Amino acid sequence: MDLRDSPEEQQFRAEVRSFVAAELPDDIRRKVLGFLRVEREDYVRWQRILARRGWGAPGWPAVHGGCGWNAVQRNIFDEECFGAGAPRQMPFGLSMIAPVLMKYGTPEQQSRFLPRIVTMDDWWCQGYSEPGAGSDLASLKTRAERSGSHYVVTGQKTWTSFAQWANWMFALVRTASDGKPQRGISLLLIPMDSKGITVRPIKTLDGGFDVNEVFLDGVEVPAENLVGTENDGWTLAKYLLGHERTAIAGLGMCKRLLRRLKEIARTQFKRGRPLIDDPRFRDKVAAIEIEVLAHEWALARLISLEQSGRGLGAEPSMLKIRGSQIQADIGELLMECAGPFAVPYVEAAMELAYTGPVAGGIELNPLTGVYLDLRKVAIYGGTNEIQRGLIGKSLVGL
Amino acid sequence: MNFVLNEEQQMLADTVARFVQTEYAFEVRRQRLAATAQAAPGYSDALWSQLAEMGLFGLNVPETHGGIGAGPVETMIVMEALGRGLVLEPFLTTGVIAARLIATHGSVAQKDRFLGPIAAGELRFALAALEPQSRYDLHDVATTARRGGAGWVLDGSKSVVLHGDSADWLIVTARTHASPTADEGLTLLLVDARAPGIAAQGFATIDGQRVAEIDFEGVHVDEIATIGEVDQGLQLIEWAVDQGLAALAAEAVGAMDRLTELTCEHLATRKQFGVAIGSFQALQHRAADMRIAVEQARALALMAAARVACTDARERSRAASAAKAMVGRSGRFVGQQATQLHGGMGMTDEMACGHYFKRLTAIDMTWGNTEHHVERYGELL
Repeated sequence: MDLRDSPEEQQFRAEVRSFVAAELPDDIRRKVLGFLRVEREDYVRWQRILARRGWGAPGWPAVHGGCGWNAVQRNIFDEECFGAGAPRQMPFGLSMIAPVLMKYGTPEQQSRFLPRIVTMDDWWCQGYSEPGAGSDLASLKTRAERSGSHYVVTGQKTWTSFAQWANWMFALVRTASDGKPQRGISLLLIPMDSKGITVRPIKTLDGGFDVNEVFLDGVEVPAENLVGTENDGWTLAKYLLGHERTAIAGLGMCKRLLRRLKEIARTQFKRGRPLIDDPRFRDKVAAIEIEVLAHEWALARLISLEQSGRGLGAEPSMLKIRGSQIQADIGELLMECAGPFAVPYVEAAMELAYTGPVAGGIELNPLTGVYLDLRKVAIYGGTNEIQRGLIGKSLVGL
Repeated sequence: MNFVLNEEQQMLADTVARFVQTEYAFEVRRQRLAATAQAAPGYSDALWSQLAEMGLFGLNVPETHGGIGAGPVETMIVMEALGRGLVLEPFLTTGVIAARLIATHGSVAQKDRFLGPIAAGELRFALAALEPQSRYDLHDVATTARRGGAGWVLDGSKSVVLHGDSADWLIVTARTHASPTADEGLTLLLVDARAPGIAAQGFATIDGQRVAEIDFEGVHVDEIATIGEVDQGLQLIEWAVDQGLAALAAEAVGAMDRLTELTCEHLATRKQFGVAIGSFQALQHRAADMRIAVEQARALALMAAARVACTDARERSRAASAAKAMVGRSGRFVGQQATQLHGGMGMTDEMACGHYFKRLTAIDMTWGNTEHHVERYGELL
């Protein structure tokens, strides 16, 4: 055991830090750190800056054009990017469908799709959840019937993040309905401009429109867009969810939120002194920082164990629960910073270019929305109840 | 003690519940909100008139001035029912705070001038007590009123004035004696919201209401508009806000009680893994904790209603702060649990769950959040 960053790790961290400091566009950084609306074009612009440096696909092996970094390096990279205010790299292509294509895709599928993911010429979305299939994903009902050289897909997906910006969706569809529900599911790649697809935005608590319902009505999908074997999609879906499992910790986001909390608590005043110097509020900030430290070291330990080949059990579920709770708690404190100004909300001020009036400081306007929005982390990617169930099962062994 | 509603109280509760049922179906409210939230008044004048016809604005007005002469218990009953329906028309600042303040502490002239129109729903009041720098401290007042003409000249700024952009009259705290945080030297004034020198900038809120930031520049206020004694306004504004806190606590109880019901309906009907998700013990326990939180909030809302009219200021303020601290905490808990138990559906603006969560959040952050009221309670121990 050596609990210090190795010289190589230190050097790598410095290299990433100076690159991000030099290359991250200022307008994007201000949007991200200020909790303002980040547009499609912002995500694409940053992804292409990374791709030009050869860092577009941190988690991929070099043979597919990735960085070939180990888990420690990837974690350092994520932390530095998040800390500097970079938008997150969209995971739907990079860390969801790409690893599946690498393992189960045909060479044609790999060469057709993988390069365009790194340069973000394609924007992918995930067609998993349905109105009746959330935590119980295997009960999905969207049907795909083979008809000559096509599948004809009919059904409905929901909570589809960024479907409004996507030109491709990877979707779990039902190709057979006998036997266990997990049998008879297939993974299809569906162009979003296909005839019969309708995207309806869902307005969320914070007033945003990042999630959607996607209706598929007799959508013709070429049979060559099937990934892996027909009816064996559940294996692929599990592989997809099992990939980069420690990324679910959201440590970069936790640390960024904490830093922002401390910044804002320095600018707000209570009884004539900065909020950060108010003993009641300072205790809350200190307590959450201790939680972040525990999260950071737990993650570092697990990454190291994973790298040494031990394999992980239910530990990523623990990371997910803690990460989601920390994010939610910091969201709560961010809102509390705003005090009475937590109540008014100017939607138009979520745009960087807004120069009109707001109540209180412009930096306070998004904070209640952030609080409300961060509740989602305990729900998406497998609710915390599902995660606790997995941990419980692995512990008790029944 | 007797916690059972008498016949008149039950009728009052039923009347407001019927109003909610006919006018506040969730989809109707949502569409109305989309049409009204972005500009003053931010609610329906027609529904305001309906509330007036039901006699609600006379609840806290004495019979001698055309009201009903009821008190905090009836106020609680009404606020809880309004909270269950997420009613947008601002009964609170006019029907509770202004009516009770003027009826209890106003001069004869003020009572004659204002109470009749309040009871008839003809005037709207807002409470301008907080300032850009004050956070939740009512004593932190930089707005000044100096002698001039036949009354006062008012200068300064007020923040987050609930429904300040649709009010006819503003209840304003102003410093009439130096030293910005001392306990003495504040005076409470009734200010015509359309007087020259007043500029109000209205904003929508996260929960579909309106607030205003208001600047006063050389605003002339008649001597007769002074409420209570000159330089003794802090006690009065604390009294007035305590009335508001007790009422807000009752509204929060209504909202969290209804939200808990909605969540349990969801648990009973939403199926995953072939069964209603409410059959999972982990979710039942969450629902149980929500119910406990509602019960605690209700307990202290009742206590606040019992004590908010009492003459012992310390006892009154302790009750109001205890209730507000408790509903803040309970409302936050209930809102968060409801969101989690609704899953993705809890994150949308398209289901009632999120609207209750947002209202409970706004109530928590209005006139002192839980942290503030625990602190205030501590100072009154």
